[in-house]
Amino acid sequence: MNKEKEPLFSAKNLKLLREPLNNNNPITVQVLGICSALAITVKLKPAIVMALSVVFVMAVANVVISLIRKSIPPRIRIIVQLVVIASLVILVDQVLKAFLFDVSKQLSVFVGLIITNCIIMGRLEAFALANKPWPSFLDGIGNAAGYGVILIIVAFLRELLGSGTILDYQVIPQGFYNFGYENNGLMILPPMALIVVGIIIWVQRSKNRKLIESN
Amino acid sequence: MKSFSNTYIFVFSTIMVVVVAAILSIAAITLQPMQKKNVEINKKENILTSINVESTAKNAVELYDKYIIESYVLDHAGKVKEGVDAFEVDMKKEMTKPLEERNLPVFISLTDSGKNQYILPVYGKGLWGPVWGYVSLESNLSTIYGANFSHQGETPGLGAEIATEDFQNQFIGKEIFNEQGEFVSVSVKKGGTANPQSKYEVDGISGGTITSEGVDEMLNDCLKSYILYFENIKNQ
Repeated sequence: MNKEKEPLFSAKNLKLLREPLNNNNPITVQVLGICSALAITVKLKPAIVMALSVVFVMAVANVVISLIRKSIPPRIRIIVQLVVIASLVILVDQVLKAFLFDVSKQLSVFVGLIITNCIIMGRLEAFALANKPWPSFLDGIGNAAGYGVILIIVAFLRELLGSGTILDYQVIPQGFYNFGYENNGLMILPPMALIVVGIIIWVQRSKNRKLIESN
Repeated sequence: MKSFSNTYIFVFSTIMVVVVAAILSIAAITLQPMQKKNVEINKKENILTSINVESTAKNAVELYDKYIIESYVLDHAGKVKEGVDAFEVDMKKEMTKPLEERNLPVFISLTDSGKNQYILPVYGKGLWGPVWGYVSLESNLSTIYGANFSHQGETPGLGAEIATEDFQNQFIGKEIFNEQGEFVSVSVKKGGTANPQSKYEVDGISGGTITSEGVDEMLNDCLKSYILYFENIKNQ
């Protein structure tokens, strides 16, 4: 395959970008990255910033690993991946602290949690180590976006039902509360994130029966 | 897969570590002045919030200079210590020292009403990390004029709610000394159980019990260390 002749957005490359958003979603299909999906989806704003940070870290980490893939000794490849991810995360954290102090205050420990996101290492190991930089870049963006979309959906539902707000603006009118409506405190606790993710998986699989495992 | 010699692996990892260390140190050193400035501005914003003055990152420095008229550091006996800048005192370090060696900062403000407030920093632990804040007292040294709390990583929607206005506004008008003049602090009760008539308790956060207890302990521990200072002022 000649690199020069393949267009940047060939059908194959676009598929790398689109598949993770739908039929190969890292959370709902591959069931990766569940831990952070539980931890940071109580409010919408941290979830959005987390999604953006993951897009950045994942795209850059995929490109870096892909660029040096031929010189990485296989025996220490996991360590190399970890070093690349960890340094990128520290960079993101430092830059946020210097230029977007408010956002960094909001995210606090969650920036560090990006390191523990198994999707990132999963993609480095499964894709970037065996592919050229450009497809790796697209794969990184695609998977991070697929992760981010689920995160934002879950956070939207949890903030709406758990706190009655969206992005900290009250959306459920006071009148509802006067009639005895109450915020669902259970939505704020981590188990409900798991149940919401479960419902999303259910909806997705009932629409696309190919995803249902045969056993 | 290609096989690599041990020497190659060692050389590769050494180069990798050196390169990464260099990148990170350069980033840390170049960004540090900006980060430090942000932290200072944030501290000023927090101090201003504790005297119920709204500020943004842009006007915090200006408003701070306008409202905070004096600041000094006390020793445990409530005497003013010379040569220590109250703003530079790191409460995290102070709290690890025994009480006798602690620097206790006090900021004095003059608001538009023409009255003085005494702003005292407080520092304690929540569920996941430190919680801290500023409590301002009216000139009778008992009534809380305002309070501001921050946290490092409390759970959003639960413990993190201590940083919201709803929680902080509960403290306004509460007393830290009872009618007999004994120090009682303000207790943070389990969410929804505080007696609304009481001047000495506020509601904690439901589901954020450990953070609420942290705030309770923090207020008690930190405000207690100023008792001698209050007495010195009253005896003057």
